[in-house]
Amino acid sequence: MPDSPSEPRAPLDGYDLDGYDLAVIGAGPAGTAGAVAAAGLGLSVALLDAADRPGGQYFRGTASSTPQGGAAFAALRARMATSRVDHLAAHHVWSVTRDGEDAWSVHALTGPDGDGGEPVRVRARAVLLAAGAQERQLPFPGWTLPGVVGAGGAQAMLKSGLVLPGKRVVVAGSGPLLLAVASSLAAAGARVPAVVEASGYLGYARHPRALAVNPHKALEAAYHGGALLRRRVPVRTRSAVTRVHGTDRVEAVTVTRLDRDWRPVPGTGRRIACDALAVGHGLEPRIELATGLGCATRRTPDGTDALVVNGFQETTVPGLWAAGETAGVGGWQLAWSEGELAAVAAAVRLSGRVGPAVSERLRALRRRRDRLRSFADAMAAAHAPGKGWTDWLTDDTDVCRCEEVTAGRVREAVADLGARDARTVKLLTRAGMGWCQGRVCGTAVSCLAAGGTAPGSVPPTPARRPFAVPVPLGALAALDEGEGGESTGVAGLGRCGAAGPGGQGPYVLGEFADRTLDGVGTRGGQGAAATGLRDSRAPYGQSAPEAQRPSSPPPFGIRDASGPGAVGVHEPRDPVVPVQRRGTRGPGTPGGQRPPAPDGREPAQPARPAEPGRSEPSRPGGPEAPAPPVD
Amino acid sequence: MARRRAPGVPHDTAAFDISFDGRPVRALPGQTIAAALWGAGVVAWRTTRVGGRPRGAFCGIGQCYDCLATVNGEPNRRACLVAARPGDAVTTQEGNGRAGLAV
Repeated sequence: MPDSPSEPRAPLDGYDLDGYDLAVIGAGPAGTAGAVAAAGLGLSVALLDAADRPGGQYFRGTASSTPQGGAAFAALRARMATSRVDHLAAHHVWSVTRDGEDAWSVHALTGPDGDGGEPVRVRARAVLLAAGAQERQLPFPGWTLPGVVGAGGAQAMLKSGLVLPGKRVVVAGSGPLLLAVASSLAAAGARVPAVVEASGYLGYARHPRALAVNPHKALEAAYHGGALLRRRVPVRTRSAVTRVHGTDRVEAVTVTRLDRDWRPVPGTGRRIACDALAVGHGLEPRIELATGLGCATRRTPDGTDALVVNGFQETTVPGLWAAGETAGVGGWQLAWSEGELAAVAAAVRLSGRVGPAVSERLRALRRRRDRLRSFADAMAAAHAPGKGWTDWLTDDTDVCRCEEVTAGRVREAVADLGARDARTVKLLTRAGMGWCQGRVCGTAVSCLAAGGTAPGSVPPTPARRPFAVPVPLGALAALDEGEGGESTGVAGLGRCGAAGPGGQGPYVLGEFADRTLDGVGTRGGQGAAATGLRDSRAPYGQSAPEAQRPSSPPPFGIRDASGPGAVGVHEPRDPVVPVQRRGTRGPGTPGGQRPPAPDGREPAQPARPAEPGRSEPSRPGGPEAPAPPVD
Repeated sequence: MARRRAPGVPHDTAAFDISFDGRPVRALPGQTIAAALWGAGVVAWRTTRVGGRPRGAFCGIGQCYDCLATVNGEPNRRACLVAARPGDAVTTQEGNGRAGLAV
């Protein structure tokens, strides 16, 4: 009997890391570039990331196939190693809370999969969210069979583990990632019988301007296209995998032609033998940490939700900045630029000073960001899912993989029980209520719930997950009851005692937290004092019809930082404050001593206050992060 | 099963064994448990709670929770994130992995 010991877990000892100017969440290109740039301007920076080394998904691992830009990122990583950035690896952020003016807490679990047992609270004066993206999935019959993997997942496993899901791997879905994945899999020795793209590539031609100013993107496509051609990998456009065959694993797939709306054309199915399928339909920004704080979102051209940011990458909640895919999927070069831009702008905000060098740097970064963003939007528009994709679902297709909810049950909830949105479907069927909290099935359930009546191709998908990862109750219990409660009620959640679905241990998942955290938003609306640098432009997506707005949108623009907190003159703070635990189980952490990191590495250096001599963040010729090569 | 390993990756002398349902599986330093299992041609190491269907790694980046496995007796570990260590005993997780708690 595959059993497990049912011993209770040891109580969790949490600790605080205090005194940072900036907490950066995510160590991909955006977060790493942002952290290094901020440190270069004199900020003390904590960089939290779930992986054990920086790079995010694109610069993941050390596989032989060094991705484009790998050398530039290696240089950035080397700079970070000698900088004032505390890289907190294997930290899984589950919540960000705003404790007051220029006061934020970032809550994280530690360990390779968050099971490390030492919850951490990082306190900082500003937060840069660079959490990246996850793959968007549209279900089809057979997609739960072993051997069907995410296209990005196959890429990630290849980059970090040097393994393939099978010997003959069909690559399917939509988006530019597919070509890159197919070319990596083929280079690693897999046969790729077909790349199946639901859209065409002609959509790019509708945006000649975006293409013209981003010639490197055309080169990139030509590179992957050429590699596939050399390996004789056929690319089928306007087609989709509409069924996977096999009993316990993939044996073949059926590829069917699609009409303009992604409806399968009857009688065009062709069976292709394979033992694995790598599938994905573009990327979705990971924004739940920000939406939990009330940040406004916008609809991107391909039907995902991204954070609204202003010209300096600040979200609609002052003090919370966003860069990279969280602000709209656009690739590593855009992410890098946005991360650096956000960091420089945050440094200006915190210091209240803008020198000519920093002004020029901001202008250059914004130009570069705008140019790359135009291409990202063109690309997104070309791969937006068609409304008719739900036609390839049979009633017995599992839509929600965690809770095993079929399309038939979702349709029943819509047709017979009157559900009109994903949340109602969830309450009626449990779709989206499992471990992944609807990350995988959210788009599909939204589409089915709307029944093709939504104006866009993909109706709004709720991304409200007050807990970004499952959190052991012990981690909540380790939080001091008096703290965090004011703005989030997080401490109160520790008393909910909610268990995960199916009794999967003492975890709290978002479903139970929803109610407790309802209505928690930002207390924005601080005055926008001018410092000479002001964003006069509209935020991205202001014209987007579905952009959700907080009730009183806080003003954009760089504000004055209040005096004593400014960079370089702030008082030294105790870098480590042990969390005050309720109860007295076991010895607490020694006062003022940072406990060793769970993975055994040396504890990061405590945040140093900037020396008075380094107080000028805008000194001319100041260190700048190396710019990624673009052209 | 060496064919599943990407070319250019030598049979590392530092390779070590873990076990999957009692049989040995080679793993390379730095590989996750999921990668080691893929390397051995194993793509399923969990059965679902409702239908008892086989599942393995799907998203590969810790987001989908489909790759849950019982590792050294502890259920619900994300195999795509947890690094393989010499001697790790991985077992197929049935359902929520806590059948022992049933009354």
